[in-house]
Amino acid sequence: MKKLINKPEDVVTEELQGVALAYPDVVKVHFDPNFVYRADAPVKGKVALISGGGSGHEPMHGGLVGVGMLHAACPGQVFTSPTPDQMLEAAKMVHGGAGVLYIVKNYTGDVMNFEMAADMARAEGIKVANILIDDDAAVKDSLYTAGRRGVGTTVLAEKICGAAAEKGYDLKKVADLCRKVNINGRSMGMALTSCTVPMAGKPTFDLPEDEMEIGIGIHGEPGRKRMKLKTADEITEMLALSIIEDEAYTRTVREWNGEEWADVELVDPPFQRGDQVLAFVNSMGGTPDIELHILYRKLHEICEKKGLKIVRNLIGPYITSLEMQGCSITLLKMDDELIELWDAPVKTPGLRWGM
Amino acid sequence: MPITTVDVLGCLRKMADVIHENKEFLTDLDAAIGDADHGINMDRGFQTILKKLPSVEDKDAGTILKTAGMTLVTSVGGAGGPLYGTAFMQAGMAVAGKHELEAEDLLAILDAALKGVVMRGRANLDDKTMVDAITPAVAAMREALGNGAGTANALEQAAAAAEKGMKDTIPMLAKKGRASYLGERSIGHQDPGATSSYLLIRTMAEMAQEKE
Repeated sequence: MKKLINKPEDVVTEELQGVALAYPDVVKVHFDPNFVYRADAPVKGKVALISGGGSGHEPMHGGLVGVGMLHAACPGQVFTSPTPDQMLEAAKMVHGGAGVLYIVKNYTGDVMNFEMAADMARAEGIKVANILIDDDAAVKDSLYTAGRRGVGTTVLAEKICGAAAEKGYDLKKVADLCRKVNINGRSMGMALTSCTVPMAGKPTFDLPEDEMEIGIGIHGEPGRKRMKLKTADEITEMLALSIIEDEAYTRTVREWNGEEWADVELVDPPFQRGDQVLAFVNSMGGTPDIELHILYRKLHEICEKKGLKIVRNLIGPYITSLEMQGCSITLLKMDDELIELWDAPVKTPGLRWGM
Repeated sequence: MPITTVDVLGCLRKMADVIHENKEFLTDLDAAIGDADHGINMDRGFQTILKKLPSVEDKDAGTILKTAGMTLVTSVGGAGGPLYGTAFMQAGMAVAGKHELEAEDLLAILDAALKGVVMRGRANLDDKTMVDAITPAVAAMREALGNGAGTANALEQAAAAAEKGMKDTIPMLAKKGRASYLGERSIGHQDPGATSSYLLIRTMAEMAQEKE
């Protein structure tokens, strides 16, 4: 293992110490329990957005905290869900009286920890809604798996819902918006190389020099299939078509209905000719910008051919998997509301425009 | 002879040793079908329990187990934290206020732990999870006690059933957690959660054995 670290067990703490020193005008860092929060928190009268997950996906989530995006982020150990005490203390720190929305990526650990945290926060009198992001089209079925994983759409949901909270949407409206973003977004990723979790010290999986894994998650989970390496154009086409031609996806998620946890059936509508989309080409951490733009060039051509109009884009490493080489593509169906919220000012360490 | 709180504390310390010894083994099992952190996370949790135990040494078994559960919830993370944390907290509630535990209490502990895991994780039998090790253990212990077995013997049968349940996860197709994304490729690997559950139940059995 070759990494710019001191001791594997100190990676998360030392990273957070660096973040606190680097962006004091944007975020503060609370230690033990660990969370990153807006420097101006709590924002009175506005819904507070909190997300979190294992570390190793930076800038998501800690680098996406700031005006117009998240109010707090709870980092776990590398690739390990954070714990309910972090999420509870973060909620107490940032809630401004209008409730808290937990944005939760659909991984078994994250879901259970955030459900426990929501129960604990409610016991303290804080209004909480949990919305799951499960947009990974690589997972075909929800019956025999834990369902689609939360990947690229998470970043887009955090930006759009952060703008809505800033605008004064109430908790129910922000939660509804987050659900709407989730069901209209789909992603697909691939890996050229594995990554190495610092504490594990060796690559999570073996991938021969001439092979790639299609449909990979963001923790080095194996994907849909392993195959011989192809060209950038062929890979882009495989990822894009998996998203664009994906049929309606139905699953049951657990949401708090105000009184109890209840099962809710959600359906992702398929893309249709004439849709406006946001195209997000993401690096898994080890793939450089130069390659991302080669992918974007082909993605643009495919979308045109399929009758999808790209109205906004995001290109770069935003939801990563340590030093993994690879990429993911996310397409989110946009409407006027989403475009306006996407364009709203944002000031976080990892994403900034308009201010 | 009933199990005392001193035995419960000793058992938790022994569990921490066993998890520590098996840290790499559990992590390697997890690397095959999950995200290679189960041993690391469990070890962090049980090492934290070791630090918390001195503060509850004079408390009842229920409080000791609930403290262990809360410690796991706040220090393990991943899926293991809420699952094992809930298991230990529910187990603690099952023996709240007690300073001495009879065989029936130990069964109640295992049964409450299982119910907690099922409530939190919503897994069914044969989904290739912890449930596949704990369910047969509870059934075996209940049957053994019904047949008049003593505490150590009943727990030994529970541990044997958990071991079989753990091995039975090898040919299973995972339907919960990260392993479920592997589909057919999850077949042929032993579930790390079922393995840690077996190790903990085995440690309980050894505690009862030494007591006799």
